[in-house]
Amino acid sequence: MKEVGVKWYSPGKIITYLLLIIITFLSIFPFYWMFVIGSHHTSAVNKFPPAMLPGANFFENAGKVFDNIQFFQAIINSVIASTAITAAVLFFCSLSGFAFAKLNFKWKNGLFVFIIATMMVPSQLGLIPSYMIISKLGWINSLNAIIVPAMVNAFGVFWMRQYIMATIPNELMDAGRIDGCSNFRLYWSVVLPSVRPAMATLGLITFMNVWNDFLWPLVVLKDRSVHTIQIALRTLNGAYYQDFAMILAGTFMATVPILIVFLMFSKQFISGLTEGSVKN
Amino acid sequence: MSSNVNLNKQQPANSPSYKKTWKQSTKDHISGYLYISPFFIIFGVFGVFPIIFTAWISFHKWNILGTKEFVGLRNYQLLFTDDPLFWKALGNTFSIWFISTLPQLFLALILAFILNSAFVKGKQFFRLAVFLPNITSVVAVAIIFGAIFGQQYGILNYLLSFFGIEPINWQGTYWGTHLAISSMVMWRWTGYNAIIYLAALQSIPKDLYEAARIDGASKAQQLFHITIPMIRPMIIFTVILSTIGGMQIFAEPLMFSGPGGGAMDQGLTMTLYLYEEAFTRNSFGYASAIAWVLFLIIVLFSLVNLFVTRRIKSAE
Repeated sequence: MKEVGVKWYSPGKIITYLLLIIITFLSIFPFYWMFVIGSHHTSAVNKFPPAMLPGANFFENAGKVFDNIQFFQAIINSVIASTAITAAVLFFCSLSGFAFAKLNFKWKNGLFVFIIATMMVPSQLGLIPSYMIISKLGWINSLNAIIVPAMVNAFGVFWMRQYIMATIPNELMDAGRIDGCSNFRLYWSVVLPSVRPAMATLGLITFMNVWNDFLWPLVVLKDRSVHTIQIALRTLNGAYYQDFAMILAGTFMATVPILIVFLMFSKQFISGLTEGSVKN
Repeated sequence: MSSNVNLNKQQPANSPSYKKTWKQSTKDHISGYLYISPFFIIFGVFGVFPIIFTAWISFHKWNILGTKEFVGLRNYQLLFTDDPLFWKALGNTFSIWFISTLPQLFLALILAFILNSAFVKGKQFFRLAVFLPNITSVVAVAIIFGAIFGQQYGILNYLLSFFGIEPINWQGTYWGTHLAISSMVMWRWTGYNAIIYLAALQSIPKDLYEAARIDGASKAQQLFHITIPMIRPMIIFTVILSTIGGMQIFAEPLMFSGPGGGAMDQGLTMTLYLYEEAFTRNSFGYASAIAWVLFLIIVLFSLVNLFVTRRIKSAE
C-alpha cells in the first residue's frame, strides 16, 4: 500500500519503529540479563553499577544449582508431566470436539454451553477438596496428581470444536459413512489428519501451561524427587536468597528448554493463535 | 388401506435408508456421549465435587488434624466483619489488577495497530519478540524481576540514579511492591493481548474501510466507527480474561514478598491469603470461605466488566 506524499522517514514511521524497538528490547532484555547475572560471581553481582555483559562463571553457578536442587530430575518430571498431559488433552479434546461438531445427540448444545461456562470457575475454588481427593487416592508426591486432573480441559474442547466445524465439510462425513466408516473411524482417519494445525497450537499451549504451572504442583508435590522444575526453582530461590548469581543461572537453565520448544514451533503457533481467534 | 400405502411411501419404515438413519442416530448418541464423557468425568471429580464440597467445608471450623465443627455462617461473618487481613488482601488484589491491566491492554492495542500497519517491515520477528515473555514461567519472571527491582543492587534503581532519584525500596513499600508485581504481569501479558488484538484487526474486511473512505470518513472516524466496534468482542474477551487472571494472582506476590505477603502485608493477595490459611495455618474451613468469596467476587467483577465494556459500542 503506497500512499502518495508519505516519505519513508516520516515522523510517524520513525516513532512507530522507535516504539517497536523499545518494546522488543523490553521483552527480550530480562532473558539476556538473566544470563548476565547467572554468569557472574555472586560478589560481582552485589556491586553498583550492575554488570551488563556476561561473565565467566556460568558453569560454576550451574554446578552450585545442581548441588542444591535435583535439577535434571525436576526437568525430567516436568517433561513427563507435560508430555503425558499434552497427549491426553490432544486426544480427549479432539474427540470431544469432533462429537460436538459432527455428531447429533440430545442436549448437545446445552452440554457445550456448560463446558464453556466452566472456564469461568477459578481453579483455586476447589483447591482444598481436590487436595483431599488426591491424598485419598494416595497420589500426593506422585506425578499422577498433576497429570490426571489435567487430561482434558474446557478450552481444548472449545478450540477443537470450533476448528472442526469450520474446516471439515459435512459432505466428507457423509462420504465416509457411505463407505461404512464407524464414528470412531471417521474421527481417526478423516478428522484427525485434517486438524493437525489446530492440534499443534493446542498442544503447544497445553505443554507450556503445564510446564509453567505453579500453584497445584506446589500443593501436591512436596517431595524433592517429584518436584517439577518450577517448584524446584522456588526452593532454590527460597533457601538461598542471597546467591542471586546461582538462582538466575538456574532460572536461565530452566527457561532454555521451553524457549527452544517455542522457537521451534513459533511460526505454527502464532499463526494458529491468530487464525483460531479469527474464527470465533 | 390406500392411505396406509401412501404413508409408507412418505416414511418407508422398512426401507434400508430409514433403517440406516435410525441406526446412525443411535450410533451418534452412543458415540457422542462416550466421546464427551472424559471431560465430564474429570470435571465431575476434580471440578464440580470440590466446588460443592468447598461450600460445605466453609460452614465448618476445621483444621486437618481435629474434627469438623459445624459453625454455620460464622466463617463468612468473621471474614467480612472481623478480619482486616481479608480487606487488605482484597485491596491489594484490586490495586495490582488495576495498575497492571489498564496500561497493559492499552499498550497491547497500540502494539496491535502498529503490527497491523502496512509499512512495518519484519512483522514476523516483532510478533515473536513481543510474545516471548508469555512463554516464561511465572516463577522465572518473579525471580528476574525480583533482581531488577532490588533495592541495593537492582538495575532499576541504578537507572533511576541517572535521573537523580534516590534508590527506592520496592520490596518494603506498599506502592513499590504493587508496581513491581504489576510490571511482572504487564511484561508477561502485553504481547499476548497484542497478538489477540492483531488477529481481530486482521479479520476486519478491507472493503469496510474502502466504503468509509469513499463516504469521506476521516482516519479518526474510521477508528471509532469501524475498527473499535469490530474488535469489541476481543476487547471484552481480554478484559474478562485479565480480570479472572488478576483476581487469581498468586505466584508473583509469593515469590516477591514472601509467604506472608511482606512485613506490611503489602503483597498479600486473595489467593495468597487463601493458600496461607489452608496450607500454612491448616484452617481449611476458613480458607474454604475465602475461596467461595473469591469466586463470587470474580463472577461479580466479570459481569461488571462485561457491562462496562459492552458500553464501548454506545460511543458510536
